[in-house]
Amino acid sequence: MTTIEPAKAEQDTAQQSALPSQRSTATRGTRTIGIVAVVALGWLVAFGLGFSPADRDQDESVRILYVHVPTIWLAYLAFVVTAVSSAMYLFSKKKSLGWDRAAGASAEIGVTFVAVTLAVGAMWGRLTWGVFWQWDARLTTTALLFVTYIGYLAVRRLGGSHEQRAKRSAVLGMIAVVEIPLVHFSVKMWRSLHQEATVANLDGDTKMDGLMLFSLFVGVIAFTLLYVWLMLHRTRSMAMEDLLEERGLDEALAVRRAEAAETATAATSAPPTATMKTGSDS
Amino acid sequence: MNASLNPFSSASTTANDDPFVGNTSNHTEPDLVIALKDVVAVLGNFPALAGVSITVQRGEIVLLKGPNGAGKTTLLRLCAGLLPVERGAATILGFDLVTQRQLVRPHVGLLGHQNGLYLDLSVRENVEFWGRTVGASAHEIAGAMSRMGVSGRLADVGVRKLSAGQKRRTSLACLVARRAQVWLLDEPHAGLDAAGRDELDATLGQAASSGATILVASHELERAGGLATRSVDVVAGQAITDSNESQGTE
Amino acid sequence: MITVACLIAAKDLRVERRSKIVTNQVLPFAGITMVSFAFALDKQNVLDTVAPGLVWLATMFSLLVIVQRTFAIETDDGALDAMRVAGVDPRAIFVGKAMALGFQLLVLEAMLFGAAVIFYGESIPSNNAFGSVVLLVTTMLSATCGLAAVGTLYGGLAAGFKGSETLLPLLTLPAVAPVLIGATKAVESAVGTSGAVVSEGWQWVGLLTLFAVAAVVGGALAFGPLIDD
Repeated sequence: MTTIEPAKAEQDTAQQSALPSQRSTATRGTRTIGIVAVVALGWLVAFGLGFSPADRDQDESVRILYVHVPTIWLAYLAFVVTAVSSAMYLFSKKKSLGWDRAAGASAEIGVTFVAVTLAVGAMWGRLTWGVFWQWDARLTTTALLFVTYIGYLAVRRLGGSHEQRAKRSAVLGMIAVVEIPLVHFSVKMWRSLHQEATVANLDGDTKMDGLMLFSLFVGVIAFTLLYVWLMLHRTRSMAMEDLLEERGLDEALAVRRAEAAETATAATSAPPTATMKTGSDS
Repeated sequence: MNASLNPFSSASTTANDDPFVGNTSNHTEPDLVIALKDVVAVLGNFPALAGVSITVQRGEIVLLKGPNGAGKTTLLRLCAGLLPVERGAATILGFDLVTQRQLVRPHVGLLGHQNGLYLDLSVRENVEFWGRTVGASAHEIAGAMSRMGVSGRLADVGVRKLSAGQKRRTSLACLVARRAQVWLLDEPHAGLDAAGRDELDATLGQAASSGATILVASHELERAGGLATRSVDVVAGQAITDSNESQGTE
Repeated sequence: MITVACLIAAKDLRVERRSKIVTNQVLPFAGITMVSFAFALDKQNVLDTVAPGLVWLATMFSLLVIVQRTFAIETDDGALDAMRVAGVDPRAIFVGKAMALGFQLLVLEAMLFGAAVIFYGESIPSNNAFGSVVLLVTTMLSATCGLAAVGTLYGGLAAGFKGSETLLPLLTLPAVAPVLIGATKAVESAVGTSGAVVSEGWQWVGLLTLFAVAAVVGGALAFGPLIDD
């Protein structure tokens, strides 16, 4: 959880409404979700490591799948949310920056989880196939997905005003929606037409033991809750960052105006302070 | 056929040939070309403009004076529709800068620190390029070039080889060819020799009397002061108008 | 819009004709890339099997360089900014610059194919030579459209920013992966690598065309918002 000094929490801006309080990104809602997520993860550990049986072919290494599959599921979910938020930002009348923050936070979470997926998957691959990596369709697409969204995050950091960042990222988010299916489609064509080596089916048995399926299901639920929790906190902390920048702007404005006041009173033929453009800021 | 090569001359064949006669939208106040109120603009996180309010009438030449870092360049770029208006209200030629920034642009010409030229092309090729983007005729283009004194010997010289002053004149020729109604000039005299500055002043004066509205940011106080109808002090991101000359009280 | 786009494309090509950066620097760069590949993959039988892929790899890297150049001329003296100020239709800027970029790419690809014939011993199989050539040319055209569109889009986005030289490859290479895959496969079919037949190549051309259409349409729509401030 993120906190900022209460002293600075006075002035009101648009971001204010996105935040539950000025001091922290936590609410009762997130605490509840957090607790349920932890419970679910605990349940996952219990089922994944304990109750579910070892696989006929893969022995214990199948247990990695209970983490691996949910993380990639979560990553796909995250990127879909990014795409939808980008579209909402671009096409809604009131371009609320909340959509932009949602898109950015979701992409960050998505990238992290793709990295986890690839790492965990490599471990699983080493155990089952004996190799860390295979150039099959799904792996290749996942790798490209990873790099694409790293690029997205890089573009988010290019600078400029919040609206500029939002527009640029939203457009790029929409481009990714077109890019990813094209990449996926080409890689599938690439791998389906020339089968050089037989590629292990990533899902293991199609007929999974009921308990294994259930464990997987628990994993998916647990990680989805984790995603929601992370999203809530990250979007709120982004709102705080933006708020801080806004506040920084207000302070800088005040300093700049004070500068002007000094310069003007210092000049000999200066008009009296009454004509100074201090006025009310917006 | 218009004998003079002056694209500003209202003796041209149709009203549309004169770049400074109406092609503006809402005509609520036809003579109020620029109106800014409490405008704030940011560069990154820095409030380059901290609440600027000015108005400019058609045909005025307004001088923006002020120390470096005061926000003159930012103000000009904002009027060109290049920067978003962070807070406040702004109208140029009837277009609302907050919502219609893009629409202002064809009618406005900005000459900043950079000239907007293609260094590998000749003067003629540059002016032709810009003229053709708005469908200017060869006649207009030639006129623009001769007005700025870059026809003749210079016309086929590569821009890279020109002096700073010559590049500036080429840039202004492009502006003329583009039929811009509002000219925003950021230190146009910088790098010009005396003859070049005189030529520039003459052109600016003539352009203004034909209806062009010009905002000049300059350190050349005496020269520009003589040229301008009015001056505005830009200090620390705000504008303080000295009532100078005739009009302009704000 | 088309008139202005052609105007811009003509201007870009005129600049290139004057400065000769692509002819004097980028083409040799592509050539040395091909030579470097030969150093790295030292076996002749490997080399002619992977030659189609290497040609397209060299194209990709050269694409990055040409894109940097095409936007360097715009940022050198603020010309792109000036076009934005002037309210020139961004779609026209996109199409115009993409056309010029595509033309230069085609010249580059032709040279690279020639180099492959010379250095890697590639050749068109004699049966169905006509079919091979048609496939080859179509591949080049459709792949180039896609590459030019994506390059222009991301080049415009990155232009003028700090770190643009590294941002451009990061954005472009994943995005043009389909072209690399499709074009390589199609050319392999055209030259008969590993027993591939010309008829197999056409489905890849289909992919390339689909990509090109998506890239051009998407790029034209996205370019404006992306270069705007």
